[in-house]
Amino acid sequence: MLEVQDLSVSYGAVDALRSVTLSARPGAITAILGANGAGKTTLLRTISGLVKPRAGSIRFSGAELLGRAVEDIARRGVAHVPEGRGVIAELTVEDNLRLATLWCMGRRERQGAIESMLELFPRLRGFRRSHASTLSGGERQMLVIGRALISRPKLLLLDEPSLGLAPLVTAQLMGLLRAHTEGTDMTVVLVEQNARSALSVSQSAVVLNLGEVVVSDDAATIAADSGLRHHYLGF
Amino acid sequence: MTPTAARGLTWMRPRWLGRLRLPAQPLVRHLILALGGGALLYLLTVSLSPYNDFEVGEIALYVIALSGLSLLTGVNGQISLGHGAFMAVGAYATALLMTHTHLNFVIELLAAVAAAGILGLVIGIPATRLKGPYLAGMTLLLALALPPIADKWSTAFGGDQGITTTVPSPPGTVNPEEWLAWIQILGALIVLVLLANLLRSRFGRSFRAVRDDEIAASLSGIHVARTKVTAFVISAACAGLAGAFLGLSTGVVNTGEFPLTLSIQLLAAMVLGGTGTLMGMWWGAVLLVYLPQWSTSLSGDFNLGSGASAYLATIIFGVVLIVAMIAAPTGIQGGLRWAWRQVSSIGTEK
Amino acid sequence: MGLFVNITLDGIANGMIFAALALALVLIFRATRIVNFAQGAMGMITTFIASSILGRGIGYWWAFAAVLVIGFVLGALVERVLIRPLQGKSELNPVIVTIGLLVVLEGLAGTIYGNSSRGFPAAYSQSGLTVGHTKVAFSHFDVFILVSVLILMTGTLVLFRATTLGLRMRASAFAGEISRLLGVRVGLLLTLGWALAGVAGSLAGLLVAPTSSFGPYFMDLVLVYAFTAAVIGGLESPVGALIGGLITGLSISYVGGYLGSGLQPLGALVLLMVALMARPEGIFARPPARRV
Repeated sequence: MLEVQDLSVSYGAVDALRSVTLSARPGAITAILGANGAGKTTLLRTISGLVKPRAGSIRFSGAELLGRAVEDIARRGVAHVPEGRGVIAELTVEDNLRLATLWCMGRRERQGAIESMLELFPRLRGFRRSHASTLSGGERQMLVIGRALISRPKLLLLDEPSLGLAPLVTAQLMGLLRAHTEGTDMTVVLVEQNARSALSVSQSAVVLNLGEVVVSDDAATIAADSGLRHHYLGF
Repeated sequence: MTPTAARGLTWMRPRWLGRLRLPAQPLVRHLILALGGGALLYLLTVSLSPYNDFEVGEIALYVIALSGLSLLTGVNGQISLGHGAFMAVGAYATALLMTHTHLNFVIELLAAVAAAGILGLVIGIPATRLKGPYLAGMTLLLALALPPIADKWSTAFGGDQGITTTVPSPPGTVNPEEWLAWIQILGALIVLVLLANLLRSRFGRSFRAVRDDEIAASLSGIHVARTKVTAFVISAACAGLAGAFLGLSTGVVNTGEFPLTLSIQLLAAMVLGGTGTLMGMWWGAVLLVYLPQWSTSLSGDFNLGSGASAYLATIIFGVVLIVAMIAAPTGIQGGLRWAWRQVSSIGTEK
Repeated sequence: MGLFVNITLDGIANGMIFAALALALVLIFRATRIVNFAQGAMGMITTFIASSILGRGIGYWWAFAAVLVIGFVLGALVERVLIRPLQGKSELNPVIVTIGLLVVLEGLAGTIYGNSSRGFPAAYSQSGLTVGHTKVAFSHFDVFILVSVLILMTGTLVLFRATTLGLRMRASAFAGEISRLLGVRVGLLLTLGWALAGVAGSLAGLLVAPTSSFGPYFMDLVLVYAFTAAVIGGLESPVGALIGGLITGLSISYVGGYLGSGLQPLGALVLLMVALMARPEGIFARPPARRV
């Protein structure tokens, strides 16, 4: 269970997040929605430790995440797939996956985990020994999601996974996400500009505007509120 | 401090301070400052002993070298670890002309400027393509590559003994040390006025624009490569003149005067004085001239062996560089400016 | 012909030493994007320490091993204390700090060990080997140089390509932030990169000292030659460092043999300028990203 309490983040004089409070429960996808500049990416980056906030608290499974180093937060089972995907282009596909397992698995288990990820994303199999720079946008997205899932995270943070992807690929991705979340105890926080597709797979949603929480409710309720959709989500 | 408290301190700031203003025109302002500074320094040299005059002259010549370096690194953003080489070129040019020809003294000095400037052109052109560490490495290699040339052709360059220099005789009853110091001070003031005007002109703006963002500068019509080369040539020319003056101060020009440590000490002095400033270079020059003496007495205090004082000075220069970079990158002049801003904003806060 | 062969062999031996120091520069540049101009001086200090250890009657190989370890520690220390505080600030500052370190180390060596010129023993005989019936200008010591640097290079390549530690180090260098998000302790690995560079630098110092005037400045030229080698090789790859080292070593050797040793640094400067003009990023570097 992720609990964000009164989180405030500033970049110099600019307030990116103002006293944001929200929560995300395990076994469900919580969508974070809002226009550009609303603070969605900042929120994820603060949870994973890349950004230090001015005030507030972030608790996951009861433990406070604030103040810890990025790699320590990751080793607590927090997997952040950043904006722009973050494929390590100079490494092979297999090495990208392997890298994510180094802190939590021994060699035998590692090979098995890599194989099952490649089974999950058969497209990547043919590229396993190629440099990640040779992958297309959709394939890169698969790789980074695979890299995030391979360490069996307890908290998965996804920043605009559908960016630059064709609608069909996006739909497949979202379907895969839902399938992997339901029935597990993994908490998923999904930041998306494409609010429609995000709402279709998530159970709850939070709408941010200019760094503040506007609404926090079930996804279905928000999707049904046409005034809200129009004003903040663009559809 | 709170605005109310600040206003309470207004009485500390004399009213005439606000009315003290130099003429707005840069050239006139610089000339007035130079004249004032020159008068001060003249009075100083007249009242000091000959040896101290010699030191004041040395400070002046290092100001020339450091100002050029400050322009190149601080204003134009190109680092040079090889300015000792440019000084060497200037020194040898003047010394050779003095030995083999009977040209006018000023022409011999200008030859130093020209020779160093040409080398600056040779190095500055490839330098336009290089980023910081690569340029640093190339200039480092320059500093190491040039002196051995003089050793190789030792007959022409005087070998270990070097070439002697002759200062033109002073008029009347003036001390030779005083006379040389005046020449060097005059040179420093001329260079400072020229550079100060240059930095206020569109050249200065181009230098800064290229330093801050080459792409943006080129998009706004500045010829980036030409600007960088110009800065390099000017900077090298200054070093050349300083080198010629150094040759006059020491009386002899040989490769031992221009080791790698000289280039690095110039860098340290510039950083300490305030990278990018001109007046700050006086602090750096003082460091360069007096540190060897201080370290000699320091090494005496610690009972270190002979020859250790030079190494001790080197350590101090290195520490200055490191500490300045980590803790005070704007140097002494930057610190003074910050302090002045704090003082002059007392009572004027919102 | 005999002269040419001897000069070539000399160039190869020197080139291997430049390659070792170039490898140190490459390791640090890959990890932290800094050129460590103090790398030569760090190798100089460890060699002076070796000289002290040997002076106490300890066997050569013990001193050799000890000094490699000291180089490791020194590298890690410099990264933690001097370089770490500067991460993220302007690009120029770390360069200047390493220059400052360079002179501090040289000053320290001069102050502590004084001006007396001292010699440094070579691991093996330095007289030429005999091949067939002719004496060749390649001694046992030169063979040792070749072998030790090749071991260093191979070890580095194996580390990077075949171990998980190497994978972590490469990932940290290529994409530090992403690697941290994947649980990699990037900071520790950067320190390790500097520590390994320290070992390479120590080795270079030990290999140069027997054939040079062993004083505080004896690594200055080696450093700039190694820099030239690293630039030629691309500042990105160990293989590049090796090839760059050989090219530089051979070039310097030919200049020295046919034009005089005083012109060697100038020859290196010309070589460096040519390399930088042709491809500022070096021959083996990855293609630069597009600007704007």
